[in-house]
Amino acid sequence: MTELTRLHAHEMAAGLRAGEVSSRDLTTAHLDAAEAGNHALNAWLSIDRERALGEADAADARVAAARSAGGAALAELPPLIGIPVALKDLVSVKGGQCTAGSRILDGYRAPYDAHITERLRESGAVILGKTNMDEFAMGSSTEHSAYGPTSNPWALDRVPGGSSGGSAAAVAAYHAPLSIGTDTGGSIRQPAALCGIVGIKPTYGRVSRYGIVAFASSLDQIGPFARDARDAAALLHAIAGRDDRDSTSSPTPVPDALLQLSASDDEAAASLKGKRLGLPREYFVAGMEPGVEARVREAVAALESAGAIVEEVSLPHTDYGLATYYIVAPAEASANLARYDGIRFGPRLGDGDVLANYLATRGQGFGAEVKRRIMLGTYALSAGYYDAYYLKAQKVRTLIKADFDALWAQGFDALVAPTSPTVAFRFGARMADPVSMYLSDACTLPVNMAGLPGISIPCGLSEGLPVGLQFIGAPWSEAELFGLSRGYEGITAGAEWRALEPADVAASLDPAAPTPAERAAALTSA
Amino acid sequence: MATLSRSDVQHVAHLARLGLTDEELTRLEGQLNHILDQYAILAGLPTDDIPPTAQTIELENILRDDVVRPSLTAEAVLSNAPARQGEFIVVPSILDER
Repeated sequence: MTELTRLHAHEMAAGLRAGEVSSRDLTTAHLDAAEAGNHALNAWLSIDRERALGEADAADARVAAARSAGGAALAELPPLIGIPVALKDLVSVKGGQCTAGSRILDGYRAPYDAHITERLRESGAVILGKTNMDEFAMGSSTEHSAYGPTSNPWALDRVPGGSSGGSAAAVAAYHAPLSIGTDTGGSIRQPAALCGIVGIKPTYGRVSRYGIVAFASSLDQIGPFARDARDAAALLHAIAGRDDRDSTSSPTPVPDALLQLSASDDEAAASLKGKRLGLPREYFVAGMEPGVEARVREAVAALESAGAIVEEVSLPHTDYGLATYYIVAPAEASANLARYDGIRFGPRLGDGDVLANYLATRGQGFGAEVKRRIMLGTYALSAGYYDAYYLKAQKVRTLIKADFDALWAQGFDALVAPTSPTVAFRFGARMADPVSMYLSDACTLPVNMAGLPGISIPCGLSEGLPVGLQFIGAPWSEAELFGLSRGYEGITAGAEWRALEPADVAASLDPAAPTPAERAAALTSA
Repeated sequence: MATLSRSDVQHVAHLARLGLTDEELTRLEGQLNHILDQYAILAGLPTDDIPPTAQTIELENILRDDVVRPSLTAEAVLSNAPARQGEFIVVPSILDER
């Protein structure tokens, strides 16, 4: 039954409706894979077999009832019914843990469901468990999790990217066909690129963040991971849309086109003809690995061969993105994380007055990267420095957004660019220098600054490790980005690299394999 | 742009209510200054006439009717408190005894 884990979600959906497979079978196969592989991957912080099987049985009952009621009832079943999904451990599931990768939320139990959890329940999806992440989503490698790093299924001594590294690794390693991540500066797209899967950061406001642990509120957005464009689009469709409990969620209609991507590779490829794509020259940043640049330029050439019109364009303020982001995001984080004070939830440390409790709870409860960002943000917002840092960054943000707006005004359908300047790096390679870690997101964070949708899709391998291709679109153009992604899948359907499984999936099933923390320690001491 | 001294780092840590060890303060002094050096690129960009961007979507002034709706129970809200007494959260006294 292990082949069940190799199915795409849309294939599972067809099998469920045809009565060829049950959600219990699918769920059991994925739970078995997750439990067997988690020792070596540490992709999961919790796996809830009992709850998942209960949800699977409920889904099977709904499918059976629809089948006996006839064809129309079967067609009306939600697309994700009975399909296993993994959630990043910052999505509230009532009664369950929600650590956000931090000790400061150790023991916390979510008192309510997040909006997207409710939506997934309505759609009949089966929640397998919660995945590992950089603490409070701050990081690009998942090494900043308080619960140990996650390994990349392509090479177990390398990071999966981050901050949604557990969600990306779980999908790449066939523990789940779908997962949820969040993206504040690249935390969906960069791990998708490094793990060789699809991940999209939707337009700011596309998905309600009610019940999600906040990092930087003007940037955070929730999105799906999957192993192909159609599956990711279906998951986005299930979670997107206005919710009154998040005032920043938009009433902009969610297009049904997300559920209508072509099943035919040829038809999808043909849809690329005449698409006008901008290739931002600034995204081929200094320090980009030659193999990454080569794969991206080959992908661009393939899009052109399929009839897309690619023009080199400029986003002149790109070089200011990193500094701008690393003022705005920490400033917002320092405000959002003020709530972790040990008073109402989480461990309370220290013994004395309330100030001593604050200092001990926060000093010991937060990890090094989170403390660094709180310090940066507090400084950028503090008296005497606000104008020089935070206000300045907000003004530069206007210029970064205007760069993109100018291209949409010229009629580009989307931009095409690298996702990450490098392939997955080894544990420890960037932990000593925070700035080198921040550079991982140079090609993704301007998209968050401008509130735009961006998708990363696999476009081949460099030195045996996945490379991501990014499409960036105008606000609310997710369907366009999925169409382009599906088109690229169409023109590369026969490519040799598409048939490859992540090289270390088999090795990750060895119960004697070292844990990611042991691998990281060995690399750091070497 | 500014350079952070050790006492600046201590002051910011106090503002952020972070209890840091001497070792952490030393490491942060170096790292924060290194990061602040990267911010210097912004100073060279003229922005006097540029309005700030705080958010990127056009939504503003989202209103709703002021009606009574169900909310979490007190028990649900209090269930995560590290110290409680009945329907109260226990905290250290913040006022001196007189």
